[in-house]
Amino acid sequence: MSVTTEGARRRGAGRGRPLLYTSYAADQAIWNTPAKRVWTLALLVAVLALPFYLDRDLTSLLTTVFVYAIGGIGLNLVTGYAGQVSLGHAFFLGLGAYTAAVFGGEATDDVVGLGLDMAIWLPLAGLVPALVGFAVAPLAARVRGLYLAILTLGLVFIGLHIFNEADSITGGAGVGRAPAEPVLFGVDLTTRFELFGTRVNRDMVYYILCLVVLVVLAVAARNLTRSKWGRAFAAVRDRDVAAEVMGVSLLRTKTLAFTISSFYAGIAGALLSVVVGRISPNTWDLFLSIDFLAVVLIGGVATITGSIMGAAFVVLLPRLVDELSAYLPFISGHTGEGFLSVFQLQTMIFGALIVLFLVLEPRGLYGLWVRVRNYWKAWPFSY
Amino acid sequence: MSTPAVTEPILDVSDLTLRFGGTTAVDAVEFAVGRAELFAIVGPNGAGKTSIFNCVSGVYRPQRGSIRFDGEELRGRRPDTVAQLGIARTFQNIELFENLTVLDNLMLGRHHHLDYGALAGLLYLGKAKRAETENRRVVEEIIDFLEIESIRRSLVGMLPYGLKKRVELGRALAMEPRLLLLDEPVAGMNLEETEDMARFILDIRAELGVTMVMVEHDMGLVMDIADRVLVLDFGQRIALGEPGRIQSDPAVIEAYLGEAP
Ligand SMILES: Nc1ncnc2c1ncn2[C@@H]1O[C@H](COP(=O)(O)OP(=O)(O)OP(=O)(O)O)[C@@H](O)[C@H]1O
Ligand SMILES: [Mg+2]
Repeated sequence: MSVTTEGARRRGAGRGRPLLYTSYAADQAIWNTPAKRVWTLALLVAVLALPFYLDRDLTSLLTTVFVYAIGGIGLNLVTGYAGQVSLGHAFFLGLGAYTAAVFGGEATDDVVGLGLDMAIWLPLAGLVPALVGFAVAPLAARVRGLYLAILTLGLVFIGLHIFNEADSITGGAGVGRAPAEPVLFGVDLTTRFELFGTRVNRDMVYYILCLVVLVVLAVAARNLTRSKWGRAFAAVRDRDVAAEVMGVSLLRTKTLAFTISSFYAGIAGALLSVVVGRISPNTWDLFLSIDFLAVVLIGGVATITGSIMGAAFVVLLPRLVDELSAYLPFISGHTGEGFLSVFQLQTMIFGALIVLFLVLEPRGLYGLWVRVRNYWKAWPFSY
Repeated sequence: MSTPAVTEPILDVSDLTLRFGGTTAVDAVEFAVGRAELFAIVGPNGAGKTSIFNCVSGVYRPQRGSIRFDGEELRGRRPDTVAQLGIARTFQNIELFENLTVLDNLMLGRHHHLDYGALAGLLYLGKAKRAETENRRVVEEIIDFLEIESIRRSLVGMLPYGLKKRVELGRALAMEPRLLLLDEPVAGMNLEETEDMARFILDIRAELGVTMVMVEHDMGLVMDIADRVLVLDFGQRIALGEPGRIQSDPAVIEAYLGEAP
């Protein structure tokens, strides 16, 4: 084999040909074109500025989008990238929320709480579910398809049972408990303060906090998926026998996917509980798992950007329907007329959209976005 | 049925027996492959050729016998650990990852050469980045070698059959194996593609010194390039030797003319 590095020396960069790479490292980068870099930066600045212009409840809603995106990315890693269907995501979210509450919450007569700093409870909220994910992965790695779906569904029911019974941790059924205290490095994030003459309230701080966590975890996930592990995920998903023959250990790869996915779920659960303000054991049910599956399916399987889009969609759609229903005569808003309730309409639109995406654009919102982008790249030519 | 002794074989198979319910797919088969040898396995459909490959690579679990690779017993090993010992293979019905690009398929062949863990993958700093870049270079050499530069970014699923076969060979080569198992490398190819593939196989041996075992129905190709040939019929070894001798072996002629045994 003639050994040359000619392939690496594709010339042209810096001479107005931005799509030519001069090194493999540049080619393998996440933001591998100037356009991607500029747009990502612009988007980030815009998103950072947003809470200063929005109502508190909208800010809070967007914070929920970020949290759902974190959980969605986690589920996408195991289900979208590694192809292991999991209905158990809600269980790991709950686990994260209660881990956070135990380590970071206040002790009361009814529930335990250590009142530790967020710098401790937030990582633990990821690590404890990750450990549990690691422990159940060998079981889950043995089965596939429908059996895996049922096995992970079992986790949700076991979780619901435990959460309802463990009064001293969860507050018990119908009561619940307060989540972890958002005190980061000794600073109480709920206190208002002034910044550049603007009042910064709790919702803005949560918004920034969740955004930062999302960006860090999204970049980490993107890194993982372009590494040898991301390729191993895809290999295991598409052809597990061939993957094994290539030297990919099925057990190790699936275990990794479950562990990391559970970590992301745990962080999302902990942040969700803080944003919502109170946690009840029945929050962590099958419907929550399905919400996250919707994030993955609508956003697009095996894409990180798509998971963020999917989260925005899943969180914002109900609100949108809510707002619009005021103008639709056949919807009974909060008054009780009309033959459909807002909630029913939301559920129907949700279901219909999932079906539509599965049939028409299996790559989800991300797939749509790629199509639009490619159209404009080629504009005015339609081929 | 006398075997010319192979000194210090890289692959030593003895008494290999594999049964599926009532059918015996491989029946007490014995052969040894020498270093840098190009060894062919031929036989009618259902003779058990692919089954032998599956036993070697750990996909099937034979009931009896032993498979030694460089002195190490392969029986009982999982496919991924067999691969890590330095055995690569291609499949009769191409088993590429169709949703991935040619590059990613080849990089998958580098999986166990990429020596970094999950944490390094999440951070993608120094260690992982360096490993990816270095291994990318190795993969680019293989891309050059197989003359598939122009499709490195194509999704494998979109490629024509002949190119897929070539990419699959590339993926196996990317593993830098010491033993390469090729299951019908030219099946379904036209004359030109077959000649290309034969050239690659010969180059692999000449330039990389990789030992190869090749299952192939194209007798012309086998006679041209194989050093020795093992003939199977109904899971049993009916002949083993140099191509010229095999061709005139009465047992082989009988098996191929389809006379009732
Ligand atoms: N997974 C399996 N389950 C049951 N029987 C099998 C299996 N794999 C192979 N066999 C049987 O074992 C025998 C040998 O099959 P094998 O695929 O090894 O043949 P082959 O020599 O590769 O044939 P071909 O030239 O058609 O590829 C056949 O009778 C086949 O039906
Ligand atoms: Mg076969």
